[in-house]
Amino acid sequence: MTEDQVKQIVIDIINDIAPDEDTTDLKSEVNLRDQMDLDSMDFLDIVMELRKQHSIEVPEEDYPQLASLDSCAAYLTPKFNA
Amino acid sequence: MHQSRIVITGLGLTSPNGNSLEEYRKNLLDGVAGIQLIDMRYMGKVPAGVCNFDPKKHQTRKELRVGTRAGSIAIYAAREAVENSGLDFENYDKSRIGVYVGTTEHGNVETENEVYNISKFDYDTKFWTHHHNPRTVANNPAGEITINMGITGPHYTIGAACAAGNAGLVQALQMLRLGEVDVALAGGVSESIQSFGIFAGFKSQGALGTHETDVNKTSRPFDKTRNGIVVSEGGAIYVLERLEDAQARGATIIAEIVGYCINSDASDYVLPNPERQAECMRKALKVAGMEPEDVDIVNTHATSTPMGDIQECKAIKEIFGNSPTTYVNNTKSFIGHCMGAAGALELAGNLPSFDDNIIHPTINVEEIDEECAMPNLVINEPRKVDAVKVILNNSFGMLGINSALIVKKFED
Repeated sequence: MTEDQVKQIVIDIINDIAPDEDTTDLKSEVNLRDQMDLDSMDFLDIVMELRKQHSIEVPEEDYPQLASLDSCAAYLTPKFNA
Repeated sequence: MHQSRIVITGLGLTSPNGNSLEEYRKNLLDGVAGIQLIDMRYMGKVPAGVCNFDPKKHQTRKELRVGTRAGSIAIYAAREAVENSGLDFENYDKSRIGVYVGTTEHGNVETENEVYNISKFDYDTKFWTHHHNPRTVANNPAGEITINMGITGPHYTIGAACAAGNAGLVQALQMLRLGEVDVALAGGVSESIQSFGIFAGFKSQGALGTHETDVNKTSRPFDKTRNGIVVSEGGAIYVLERLEDAQARGATIIAEIVGYCINSDASDYVLPNPERQAECMRKALKVAGMEPEDVDIVNTHATSTPMGDIQECKAIKEIFGNSPTTYVNNTKSFIGHCMGAAGALELAGNLPSFDDNIIHPTINVEEIDEECAMPNLVINEPRKVDAVKVILNNSFGMLGINSALIVKKFED
C-alpha cells in the first residue's frame, strides 16, 4: 500500500467521523486540528476505526503521529504493509 | 410564604403524529394516530410510535453522530420552545437558565447498541466506544441541550419512570420559586423505542400491545379488547417563567401551573394503586385551591393495559364521579406511550383547549370496558364545551410513582 492510499484511508475515516468538515483541500503537511474542528474524542474515533476497519493498533504514546496526513502516512504505511 | 405564580411561555415538541403543536393538535382533533410497525433487534416487527422531525434543523451532523436520540429529541423540542417563547435568547444571561428534563430511563439504547457492536468482534471490549459514558450518563439529554444552546445554568434529568414529564415541570416550577433560575426549560423526552429490552420486558410482563389488523388501533385504552402498551418516542419541552418576569418582557402566556402532586404507592414494583392515585389528584387539587368541579379536563395516564386502565378509572371516579362538567380523555390512543415524555406531551396536546374549547377524544374504543365506563369520557369524537379553563394531567410510573399536574388558562 502506498502513502497516498493510506492518506485516502485516513480522509475516508475523517469524512465519516466529522461529516460537517470539508476534506477536499486538506494540506498534507499541516496539522489536521489546524485545518478542521477536530477534538481529542475525534482522534479516539480515528484510532477506533483503524482498529475496526483495518485491524491496525495505534498505542496511546503514538497518537501524536496522527497529527497531519503526512505524519499519518509515514507512521501507518509500514503498519498497513506489515 | 409568598409563592411566585409560574407560567408557561413557550412550548416545543415532537410526537409520533406531529412535530409542532399545530400539527399535533390537528391530528388529535382529526382522529389521526401515529403508530407503525418497526423492526426490533432480536424480536422482529413491533408496534411503535416514531417521530419524524428533522434533527439537522438544530444539530450538526457531528453532534448527531456523537450524541443520543434522546439528546436530539430534547434539543429539537428545547430550541422550538425557546423560539415559540419569543425570549431574546441571544442576549439572555445563559447562566440564569435551568434545564430539567424528565426521563423514564436513559442508557439502555446506547448500552444495547455497544453490546451488539462488540458481539461482531467476539466480545472484545477494545472495540467498545469511548462515547459510551457521555452517552449513557443519566443527565445526557439535558446536558446535550446545554451544549447545543450554550446554557450555563444548572441541568439534570429527573428519573421518574413514566411520571417523568410531569416531574420535570414540577422540578422547574420549584427551582423558579426558589429563585435558582429565571427561565426554565423543562418537560420530558424518550428514546425508548430503540431499546429491545424495553419491548421485551413489557412482552415478558404480558403488557406489550398488539392488534391483528390495524397497527393504529394497537393503543386502545378503555376498549374491552385492549391488551397492552405501545412504546413510543417523543419529547415536549416548555419554557417556564415567574409571572412577573414573563409580564415584564411582554411574553405571551400560554397557561399557568397552579397545582401539582407527586406521591408514591409504596406497594408494588409494577402494579398501580388507585388509592394513592386518587390521593395524588386530591392533593394536587388542594395545592391549586380547587374542587373537582373546577376541573374541565382530566387527561388520563391510561396505557391500554387491562389492569392499569381500570385502576385509574376507579381513582378518577372516586374524585370526579360527582362532577358533571369534568371530561376525561386520553392521548396515548393516538401516540402510544411516550414514556418519559408522556406527561409533558399529553399536556401539550390539551393546552389548545383553552382557546378552542374543544376536548380531544380518546380513540380506538370500539366497545367500552364497563369497568372503565364514565359518563364524561370523551370517546372517538371531539367534544365542544362552553369553556375549558382547567386541565388536570395524570402520569404514573413503575415503582409506584404518581403525578398530577393542574394547569389553568391564564387570567391576570
